[in-house]
Amino acid sequence: MTDLKLELKEKIIEQLNLEDVSVAEIGDKDPLFGEGLGLDSIDALELIVMLDKDYGIKLADPKEGKQIFESVETMAAYITSKKTE
Amino acid sequence: MTASYHIESHCRITEGRISKDGKSLFESAETEFSAFIKSAYKALEINYSKFFKMDSLSKLALVAAEMLLLDEHEKNMALVFSNKAGSLDTDRKHQHSIQDPDGYYPSPAVFVYTLPNICMGEISIRHGLFSENSFFICNRFRADDLFDYTNSLLGMQKAEKVLCGWIDFDLGKYDAFLYVVAKNGTFIHSKESINHLYQTQ
Repeated sequence: MTDLKLELKEKIIEQLNLEDVSVAEIGDKDPLFGEGLGLDSIDALELIVMLDKDYGIKLADPKEGKQIFESVETMAAYITSKKTE
Repeated sequence: MTASYHIESHCRITEGRISKDGKSLFESAETEFSAFIKSAYKALEINYSKFFKMDSLSKLALVAAEMLLLDEHEKNMALVFSNKAGSLDTDRKHQHSIQDPDGYYPSPAVFVYTLPNICMGEISIRHGLFSENSFFICNRFRADDLFDYTNSLLGMQKAEKVLCGWIDFDLGKYDAFLYVVAKNGTFIHSKESINHLYQTQ
């Protein structure tokens, strides 16, 4: 799961063009939206596309996103749970 | 009697150079636009994290506007932009992402820039402007149209100032010429002045 969290941090930085952010600056439990990384609604859509494209996971209910995209840790936990289903 | 207006300041970005009011602010030998505009952003100490999420047209527009609006306090400022390519460069990127039915992953972050006037929205957000804005697509730089529309806005008191000009980006080629029209300024606001500044700066 540690590798997955690192991978997610790298993908988030690259795909959301977080030019001034490094992997080391993103804590596993840091909020991705609001006061954390400051992501916005377009970024949320990009994360949904990323889940589909890179992990083959389609969000059946977009409302789930709020919980799934809370932090890198919650994202990794969700991806891991879907892989083991 | 028709009121006369003036060109308060102007900025040009093209061929690796950024200038304001005729003075060079930044020059680079970078041939790639993305590397050029990124180095300009850093050298000119622009601090706006959203910048890196923007498409090339918006980056070009934002940097040009930044040079003119950094110390500007007037918020009743209309925006009148024009270009030739519209948002074609970003449109192509979006089309590429939806071309393959088996790899259909359109990027929301790309899609939101598939209109040229989005760059005016980015400037408005950055500088807190809530004013009129219009974006015209023309085959070439047309001082006549910009002059008439700007005078009309100021004459009808739709705005105190107008940020206007040309912001064009396509296939790595970029050309920006923005200027602020106000009651006072260095140059008389005329079609001849606009053409002269565009051709000589």
